[in-house]
Amino acid sequence: MNTFAELTIVVIILLNLALAVSGSLSLCIRLAAFQGVAAGLLPLLASGGVRGRAMAFAGFIILLKGVVFPWLMFRAREKTGARRDVDPLIGYPASIMLCLGAFAASSWLGSRLPLPHSGVAFIIPASLATIFTGFLLITTRAKAITQVLGYLVIENGIYIFGLALFVEQPLMVELAILLDVFVAVFVMGIAIFHISREFDHIDTDQMAELTDWHRPEDAKW
Amino acid sequence: MEIIKPLIQYLAVIILSPLLLGVINRVKAYFAGRRGQPLLQLYFDLYKLSYKAPVYSRTTTWLFRAGPIIGLSAVLCALAALPFAGRPGFLVFDGDFIFLIYLLGLGRFFTVLAALDTGSSFEGMGASREVQFAVFAEPAFFLALAALSKATGKLSLAGMFLALEPASWQAAAPALLLLTAALFIILLAENSRVPVDDPNTHLELTMVHEVMVLDHSGPDLAYILYGASLKLWFFGALIASAVLPRHSGSWFYDGAAFLGMMGVIAAGIGTIESVMARLRMIKVQYLLMGALVFSVLALLFQTGR
Repeated sequence: MNTFAELTIVVIILLNLALAVSGSLSLCIRLAAFQGVAAGLLPLLASGGVRGRAMAFAGFIILLKGVVFPWLMFRAREKTGARRDVDPLIGYPASIMLCLGAFAASSWLGSRLPLPHSGVAFIIPASLATIFTGFLLITTRAKAITQVLGYLVIENGIYIFGLALFVEQPLMVELAILLDVFVAVFVMGIAIFHISREFDHIDTDQMAELTDWHRPEDAKW
Repeated sequence: MEIIKPLIQYLAVIILSPLLLGVINRVKAYFAGRRGQPLLQLYFDLYKLSYKAPVYSRTTTWLFRAGPIIGLSAVLCALAALPFAGRPGFLVFDGDFIFLIYLLGLGRFFTVLAALDTGSSFEGMGASREVQFAVFAEPAFFLALAALSKATGKLSLAGMFLALEPASWQAAAPALLLLTAALFIILLAENSRVPVDDPNTHLELTMVHEVMVLDHSGPDLAYILYGASLKLWFFGALIASAVLPRHSGSWFYDGAAFLGMMGVIAAGIGTIESVMARLRMIKVQYLLMGALVFSVLALLFQTGR
């Protein structure tokens, strides 16, 4: 039974790497949604027995991460008229190597953390690596919408981490996190929308030029 | 008796390996709605080439003549250490998988040198690409075998495949699945199959492996073609042994299952070639990086256990 859970963990890690390397925005949104669905299936596979409440909870998570979030993201993408590519600040090979290094570091860290044994190998390293991938997406992609996407990936990671810690009772922790994320996605959706309306650009680098003051070398003589 | 079986296995590999390319071509022809070449086409080609007189350019040196011979003998040597249907070959010693990797590297090195020796700019370009792909394919191959060694706890290739049982697929499914996927991508890359290189293309700008052997003729070309088919068998056999862990006592049964699996792998390669286009040259490195990532993950999964 744990074999399937471990295969799901592998899928999640591979999705991290795919997120780091894929250049199309809609593909990235789909990958993050797929990762959320895989993470939602994880408690069912890990615990073995299928109970009503766990089923309902997993179904709710999958609905939220697999349908609602991607729908909001696609909507935000169309409203802002973002171009198709994700505009990375560092190259894709560097991204994938960073991700791989992050997984190696997290498997070292995961063996050092004093955590209860969850029965599924590599669930902690996978969650830490997912969180790191989210940070990577936030820091190295230029657009605001990819930063929201990175936030969703971080949330996937936190969810998996929560599973590792509270295999029995993830509900309380989860609902709190999910509420946070739900609000955050809404707020960010509104923020993106406003940025795009006011300044016609969602590249966050442009925010540096909001001021009236210009450096002398920028001035036109 | 104990020397007879490895000998028969070795002879079977030497005789049967050109058949794999025949199977691949027939599968491709089936997908394209053609009848295709005869299954034994490569045997006919090899026979035809073997009695032709080779032509050597005046600008080439001994390196050009040594390339095909060293390339073929390196693969022949490597096959001696390769297990057949999970049974050991002639050469079994601890760490022999590193020896195999170096043998394949030696073969590649001399093929590249022979290509550079002609002084043709196209061959230089092919050589450059071949080495560029090897930068990712070789570490991926090494790490995949290291992960397999870690998963089975054995240091020799024959020992690894002997220790591989259905139970180890249950215990270490993620690592074994990842390394099998890595090995398959490496098979496609090393044998210049479609997503990486098109064996049928003869446009100099897009060729990788074919362009390196353009100037070879006669028996030299036969050595190269035969060496390529042996190399295809080498990688196919690794995958077949990895996915067929069940060892019944019977040598015939195991051998038959193994040969059947080789046929399936050849048909799989033919299917991939028929249904997908070749990757753009700059995308190939991502595919190979994917293989490297699979191997690294497999190794990490095994070491962290």
